[in-house]
Amino acid sequence: MSAKKMNSLQAVNAALHQAMADDDKVIVLGEDIADREGGGVTGATAGLSTKFGDDRVKSTPISEQAIIGAAIGAALAGYKPVAEIMLMNFTAVAMDMIFNHAAKLRFMSGGQSTVPITIRTLTGAGWQTAGQHADHLEGWFAHTAGIKVVAPSNPVDYKGLLLSCIQDPDPCIFIESAGSLFIPAEVPDDLAPIPLGKARVVQEGTDVTIISWSSQVIRCQQALAPLAEAGISVELIDLRTVSPWDKEAVLASVAKTGRAVIAHEAVRHFGPGGEIASTIAEELFGQLKAPVRRLGAPYSPVPFAKVLEDAYIVSPERVVETVKALMA
Amino acid sequence: MAELSNAPAPTPDQLVDIYRRMIRIERNDDAIRKTIRLGRLVMPYYSARGQEVIPATLSSLMTDDDKICTIYRGIHDMVAKDMPLRPLWAEIAGRVDGTCKGKGGPMHLTHPESGVMVTTGIVGSSMPIANGLAWAAKLDGSRRVTIAYFGDGASNIGAFHESLNLASVWKLPVIFVCQNNGFAEHTRYENGTSVDFIAKRAIGYGMPGHTVDGNDPLAMFAAAHEAISRARDGEGPTLLECKTFRFHGHVLGDDDKYMTKEEKAAAIAKDPLPAFKAWLVEQGHATDESLAAMQATIEAEIEDAQEFGLASPLPSVDELRRDVFAQEIPA
Repeated sequence: MSAKKMNSLQAVNAALHQAMADDDKVIVLGEDIADREGGGVTGATAGLSTKFGDDRVKSTPISEQAIIGAAIGAALAGYKPVAEIMLMNFTAVAMDMIFNHAAKLRFMSGGQSTVPITIRTLTGAGWQTAGQHADHLEGWFAHTAGIKVVAPSNPVDYKGLLLSCIQDPDPCIFIESAGSLFIPAEVPDDLAPIPLGKARVVQEGTDVTIISWSSQVIRCQQALAPLAEAGISVELIDLRTVSPWDKEAVLASVAKTGRAVIAHEAVRHFGPGGEIASTIAEELFGQLKAPVRRLGAPYSPVPFAKVLEDAYIVSPERVVETVKALMA
Repeated sequence: MAELSNAPAPTPDQLVDIYRRMIRIERNDDAIRKTIRLGRLVMPYYSARGQEVIPATLSSLMTDDDKICTIYRGIHDMVAKDMPLRPLWAEIAGRVDGTCKGKGGPMHLTHPESGVMVTTGIVGSSMPIANGLAWAAKLDGSRRVTIAYFGDGASNIGAFHESLNLASVWKLPVIFVCQNNGFAEHTRYENGTSVDFIAKRAIGYGMPGHTVDGNDPLAMFAAAHEAISRARDGEGPTLLECKTFRFHGHVLGDDDKYMTKEEKAAAIAKDPLPAFKAWLVEQGHATDESLAAMQATIEAEIEDAQEFGLASPLPSVDELRRDVFAQEIPA
């Protein structure tokens, strides 16, 4: 089996090429995505318009409502559109189309309408892009019935989960996060789609479970060695899909360890960690050895100054401290 | 505003068909309002009484394959598109035999078999989705067209501007049909809209725009024919502004405080239905008897649909877990 070393953006590009080659109903649209415009601001869509033509791969005006609306309409007519919203903060401009239409048309039509769209969107702190270019907004979408929220952390999952999103019969938002984009890994050429809603155990352990997703998984992985040195056995779970989330895997792990820390890049206040923490508390109350802890960004917009941005992100050191405190 | 070209005159059969669609809309609207007043239907109702000519004329030039996206004041658009009335009535009654199993209601009626693809409760949101349906028609190599219906208020929301621009750049087979009834909810047209004619906005998006008397079937036919032909022939989108009036305010029960009684009475006096009926008879295209027979058939259809809808069972609460996703959510 052949494999190629690639980063997560290259994995996205490989998934898009494969999906378009396998299924002529897959179409792609978004700002600057065609090769005439450089193949996307990150290059994630490079080569698609040259290979599959300008009818199936369309650069759009800077009109996020029109982009998602066109994706929805084409989906209602049998296509599987992959729409790029350049940055996750810009989904705010298209929220009516996403929240009121894509997510709800199946239910409101009693199952007659299906909206199999994938919205790819980039975000994440770390590049000093400040308050309107870096928010992790998965909680907004997870709170909306009818949309699946996918947030991979490594090239294999980027490719395998994107393939699943494109073929999924429901709308999916696929989050590409700054902190996880440029760490290369071997990705099999014939990688099978990775099922949505299934977590991955990054490391097995017996003392404490850390639940994370997207770029925060990388920072949790960096905490594993110091924690091992401190004699703490950590089980790290990469949720991969934020909604619907793999409750079964999380509860099985915490039932084993008796301790849980949820770590995400999103703001902690009303963040998705709250849903997971309360589920653990409800289901495993008698078995917990310590209170469930949540780590997330402070209740603040993403800042510009490097010193502030560093403090905004949940660092590996904070993960280590939190786990140690839980074991004390 | 571009001049209308010489569209062919409608045939007598087409004229009678337009009237059939108009009277089906009007009789159905009358039945819905009466049923609400009797307390047998509980729903927010945005009557389109007075606006019949617009979708009746456009629908007379569409096939079942052509699509529409409409809005909360859009039951007339669906009835004009020959959506069956039994599932329509069951839906507005919130019953299982409704076209949406009682889960969408009057503001989200959907019936893809008739081409009724989306009904939105959000002002302006029919347009971005209509573009996608039109894009799909192009990808399919089909000659089908898509109509986005909306009101005059919707021409002031961002979705209108984004949609017209994209449709023009992509040369999509879509027709933007503004049913300008003079009021955006309670706000008079000139107090909320920067131009005297919405059709003028088409210039800014590089497409033809026409202002038409939306109560005149002949004027509407010419405009509809041109816009639909243009879309079918791959020449791109058109904006039609159809001037009309809504007889029952924004929502049923509205006391119309924002206009004078005289103004309202004068607008209602221009009811297009009796005028068109008299004209058809006068021109020899139909007789009083033939139109009465047509009306009786339609009334029987509505009565049957009403009885069917109100007798249909209520949905099970399990429906809350179905159709959220393709796969049912476990209990």
